[in-house]
Amino acid sequence: MTDTSTRRVLRVPLHEVAHGRTGDKGNRVNISLIPYRDEAFPYLREQVTEAAVKKHFAAKGASTVTRYELPTFPAFNFVIDDVLEGGVNGALNLDTHGKSFAFHLLAMEVDMPEDFVLHPEKGMR
Amino acid sequence: MSGKTVHIGCGAGFAGDRWDAAVPIVATLATRDGPRYLMYETLAERTLALAQQAKIEDPSKGYSPYLERILRPVLAQAKAAGIRVVSNFGAANPTAGARRILEMAKEEGIAGLKVAVVEGDDLTTVMSEGDIRGHKAVEGLAMPEGRMVAANVYLGAQAIADALAMGADVVVVGRCADPALALGPLLHEHGWSLDDLDRVAAGTMTGHLLECGAQVTGGYFADPGYKDVPDFGHVGFPIAEVEADGTVTITKADNTGGLVSHRTVKEQLLYEMHDPANYLTPDVTLDITGVEIAEVGPDRVRITGAKGKQQPPTLKATVSFEGGWLGEGEITYAGPNARRRAELAIDVLRTRVRDLGTNWPLRFDLIGTVSTFDGDGGDLRAASDWDADGEYRVRMATKGPDKQLAQWIADEVLSLYCSGPAGGGGVRHRIAPQITTASILVDRAKVTASARLVEENA
Repeated sequence: MTDTSTRRVLRVPLHEVAHGRTGDKGNRVNISLIPYRDEAFPYLREQVTEAAVKKHFAAKGASTVTRYELPTFPAFNFVIDDVLEGGVNGALNLDTHGKSFAFHLLAMEVDMPEDFVLHPEKGMR
Repeated sequence: MSGKTVHIGCGAGFAGDRWDAAVPIVATLATRDGPRYLMYETLAERTLALAQQAKIEDPSKGYSPYLERILRPVLAQAKAAGIRVVSNFGAANPTAGARRILEMAKEEGIAGLKVAVVEGDDLTTVMSEGDIRGHKAVEGLAMPEGRMVAANVYLGAQAIADALAMGADVVVVGRCADPALALGPLLHEHGWSLDDLDRVAAGTMTGHLLECGAQVTGGYFADPGYKDVPDFGHVGFPIAEVEADGTVTITKADNTGGLVSHRTVKEQLLYEMHDPANYLTPDVTLDITGVEIAEVGPDRVRITGAKGKQQPPTLKATVSFEGGWLGEGEITYAGPNARRRAELAIDVLRTRVRDLGTNWPLRFDLIGTVSTFDGDGGDLRAASDWDADGEYRVRMATKGPDKQLAQWIADEVLSLYCSGPAGGGGVRHRIAPQITTASILVDRAKVTASARLVEENA
């Protein structure tokens, strides 16, 4: 997305831009991603892609990521397959439900105009 | 707004939820007019399998072990105020749960309490184990091996509405779709037909928002400095006000902490949802992509625009199996060179477990580096440098069919006290029986849900 304004663009964790929650079913989780500022939605759509999320969860063995868009909320819902190493049934991980995973997504870095960042002073550039 | 408003409060969002959450809900509902309900959701996937085992050991058990603790504090006031209770705390034995509630009523001096059960969720009464195992497992998991201990289908809301039509003050259900605990009362009070798809969608959305208790009122939401929640230690549980046209307002119990905002509602709306245009329930396929969410007052959020589509042709069921034994242990290393001492402990554990001659899977965490976000292979931990000094907790986990071996593996963590690296402390180790589950989709025609009133000594 081309930003024609003179605003600074900051490299920040998603946590500065959006919030979300994990839910689990079987060996699959969903993670919602809800921007604090509605205007951040197109920037998130461009950067928090299915491929980027799959890469971010590679260590957990994510096989498929499906992104659902809710432009009127606005929000995204990510469904990530095979990320629970067997799920509550078989996993040896402490967090067998993947409840903490929303905060792994929120650690992903994005470029964002400073107006849409909660704490611009924490920006990385 | 024409017609009556139905109030539904939620007093529990899972089996281990706050035991006294319903007290402020009932106190609040007692001050309101019109039909008022209290729902409790108490049944996780494996909770029901544990209840099934309890019922096999004692036929008077098998309902939720939390039933008495969560219901007794509010039962007398609910009955006096005309607040009716709907819950899946019947678990594997709704009739036994209903009898216990009738006994409790007697102990509390409550006269004339009518208790109904909803039955039909136990798939083993209508299908052989072979037929059940013959179904394909969904949600990305294979059908497990091991002894089958329970198979329960998620019932819809109609039988709950039927139980209320019989005059029940308390409806005791086993497995049902969680949103049905709210939709049942709404079908009954508003006279909605299951063919009225948008109303049924609104009722299902209401149940979905309520079913996790405080998760819509600031619970599981608070993130200091980002999403602050007032008086969080006293977080209030939710109340939905539902109009005949399907307009839903989410609020919470009076004189409690917590928060209802468009953000708390959005997080909970999407919780455990996959395709937001096609959320499958026994009663309707829910589409929330067009909902409008408006803050209409302090801690009051109105949600409109849920759309309903044809219900799915099958019902989901959870099948539970004995799943072997988990063995795990933890030990802490702190201070100078802690990380290298902790890594040495992991090496020792690997050696010792290999010497036991087992090929059970092992996972090692080094808590204080990266653990829960890492895979069983530890790739993320290996990819970064971590401080040598500090505080690290080693965790080992394994799983297999044999209880004795699970114990022996876990014991290797304990023996690090005298035989491991210097300065290890705080060992905790345990083994635990596991239940594995699979989800299957079954033919609706095989399942019949029904309601009946339970008499005290019947």
